[in-house]
Amino acid sequence: MRQLAIYGKGGIGKSTTTQNTVAALAELGKRVMVVGCDPKSDSNRLLLHGMNQRTVLDTLREEGEDVDLEDVMKVGFGETKCVESGGPEPGVGCAGRGIITSINLLESLGAYTDELDYVFYDVLGDVVCGGFAMPIREGKAKEIYIVASGEMMALYAANNICKGISKFAMNGEVRLGGIICNSRKVDNEYALLKAFAEELGSQLIHFVPRDNIVQRAEINKKTVIDYDPQASQADEYRTLAKNIDENKMFVIPKPMVQDRLEEILMEHGILD
Amino acid sequence: MAIDQKMLEEIIIGQYPAKVKRNRRKHILIRDTSLAAQEIEANTRTIPGIITNRGCAFAGCKGVVLGPLRDMVHIVHGPVGCAFYSWLTRRNKAKSDDPGKNFLAYCVSTDMQEGDIVFGGEKKLNRMIDEVVEIFHPNAITISATCPVGLIGDDIQSVARMARERHGISITAYNCEGYKGVSQSAGHHIANNGLMEHVIGLGDMEEPPGKFTINILGEYNIGGDSWEVGRVLEELGYDVQAVMTGDGSFEELKNAHVSQLNLVQCHRSINYIADMLEKKYGTPWLKVNFIGIRATCETLRNMALYFGDESLIQRTEEVIARELARIEPLLEPYRKICEGKTAFCFVGGSRGHHYQGLYEELGIKTLLAGYEFAHRDDYEGRQVLPNIKPDADSKNIPELHVVPDDRRYRLKLPAEKMEELKSKIPLSYYKGMIADMKDGSVIVDDLNHKETEELIRILKPDIFSSGIKDKYIPQKMGVPVKQLHNYDYSGPYAGFNGAVNFARDVSMNFVTPAWNYIVPPWKNKPLLEGTVQDS
Repeated sequence: MRQLAIYGKGGIGKSTTTQNTVAALAELGKRVMVVGCDPKSDSNRLLLHGMNQRTVLDTLREEGEDVDLEDVMKVGFGETKCVESGGPEPGVGCAGRGIITSINLLESLGAYTDELDYVFYDVLGDVVCGGFAMPIREGKAKEIYIVASGEMMALYAANNICKGISKFAMNGEVRLGGIICNSRKVDNEYALLKAFAEELGSQLIHFVPRDNIVQRAEINKKTVIDYDPQASQADEYRTLAKNIDENKMFVIPKPMVQDRLEEILMEHGILD
Repeated sequence: MAIDQKMLEEIIIGQYPAKVKRNRRKHILIRDTSLAAQEIEANTRTIPGIITNRGCAFAGCKGVVLGPLRDMVHIVHGPVGCAFYSWLTRRNKAKSDDPGKNFLAYCVSTDMQEGDIVFGGEKKLNRMIDEVVEIFHPNAITISATCPVGLIGDDIQSVARMARERHGISITAYNCEGYKGVSQSAGHHIANNGLMEHVIGLGDMEEPPGKFTINILGEYNIGGDSWEVGRVLEELGYDVQAVMTGDGSFEELKNAHVSQLNLVQCHRSINYIADMLEKKYGTPWLKVNFIGIRATCETLRNMALYFGDESLIQRTEEVIARELARIEPLLEPYRKICEGKTAFCFVGGSRGHHYQGLYEELGIKTLLAGYEFAHRDDYEGRQVLPNIKPDADSKNIPELHVVPDDRRYRLKLPAEKMEELKSKIPLSYYKGMIADMKDGSVIVDDLNHKETEELIRILKPDIFSSGIKDKYIPQKMGVPVKQLHNYDYSGPYAGFNGAVNFARDVSMNFVTPAWNYIVPPWKNKPLLEGTVQDS
């Protein structure tokens, strides 16, 4: 079983990219579980054709400790298993601790079966506290993929996440598997992301171009592969899935100092 | 054996790493009366890794100041440990005329679980308040926050505000999360602010109930101390309106504004309220000390002088003479045991000073004294207050600014009379510990485990007086220990009878044969080790 965590700046398209990739892996016959680790609980909307799932924490709150796996796990597109950890309402309690509670509960309920090929953790944008680092601590997710684009703040966030990864990598097995570019069509984006990934000592595992079909599929509560399997964008996600499936490059990232990050932007981020 | 600066440097400070050395040097001094003033650093962070005796802000707020108020239910919002370990462990006693209104025997906690941390604990706290009101009908409720409450951001102030409206009784919340400040001192301040803002002045009394109406501040009735003090005060004709907070109550506290004088026993934990009562209601405060016979007599005389009533002054002298005649014979046999002995006195924020006098009266010399959590003014006197620079830790605790109460502010004495009295008695002034200490004695702030061991080795005191945390280190070294936080299940030690109890307990410590079975290290190990070098 490979356990992967997807990180990246808020709004960059982590959930969309994760679900489309998972759909492509499912198409290949892989058995996948997706664990949404965001209090907004929207990580499985496309796989489940809507937000119609009870979260682990809501179930825990309403039913007490007596929770069955079926209560919190739903089967989505291509037999993928979907779980949402959920969280408190905005502004109260501790969402980070909620993630820890919910992953512990999933473990004790036996959600992590041997027949699974992949577990994906779709994590909140910024690793704001220890709770959101849970999937990469304690030997859960060992591979991290960071979704980024050519926009300055996306790269800045990705670089910060690498700082977190390198810290946890020192005491554990967690490694960076690569940078996924979810294109925003900024200048020279491919070269910029490639240089950025290489500077980190990692790779640009795939460049996903911008295509409005993703938006149309989302409105229809579907992944692109589900909505229009013939679309060229579906093939992009298939390539990304294949690259992840065949990935052999796992590194401890070397995060950059701010000056170097800005240098790379100057060097690659402007078309002359 | 005495200690000098050179030994201090070599044996204690010299062993620390450079940064620690720089820090600790400022917290230790040897008394030199030839100097006009001796400065000591206090109320700063303990260096991580040093084993300190200090407590936390929660301990200071709930444990010390709020906890003893008997007719209130004190809710501890947090996982159950903080409530359990602050449950009567200070031995603050209380009795009530209405047995249904003494809640000190109860330990009330929201017992937060993982789910409460994740989803927030406000709902559970609300439920608990409703249950407490329904079951106990207390006169008032306090809510004290523990660390996780601050981390997850439960808004206990608004919970308290809404509960106040719902139930129509005083319900106050204290953001005394343990991590605030550098010691329990932060919690005292937070509790002082809360009581001043929400409780004192709530009552509708406008006039003092008697001719000599007083409040006793900073007296926590450990082992029944305030009952012994109260016995004498009542006989003298004083009306004790409120005690803060030993055996105190909400009912008395809310009318504390009517008193004509505030007595301050523990300056550290309560000087904030004393100061604010003076600003808001014009009530002066008098630094008192009911520990030790001489100190008690002096305090009683100062109080009588403040009120300036001839018959009170005369009655005071009569009672003092009678009490002394009664207890002196009782003390004599103990004095024979204690004479010539030496002591370390490391306690709290006031007791480290107060108990030196009592020790002296028994013939015991204090070689070392210090405070766990006091500030510079408790060592050097209040005149240094303007020179204490606020740091990030002290700024973290809100400062309450009070203004004179339009209706209730009264000058208790004419201004000239006040000035005249100030030259005779410690009115609104505390001179601090250092002034009373003898040449060559050691003063240590925030004494730690290592320094305790080293200083016992060098100075070999006959008795060590401190608290539960360091009790067993000296005992294992063969040195008797007298706990001055909770009195080792004994007391009272205040006032006249207290002095006799203390003399008895200390003497028992000296004569117990238990110490014959322990060999302290200096009896069979060299104090200094060295090698002879070939020249």
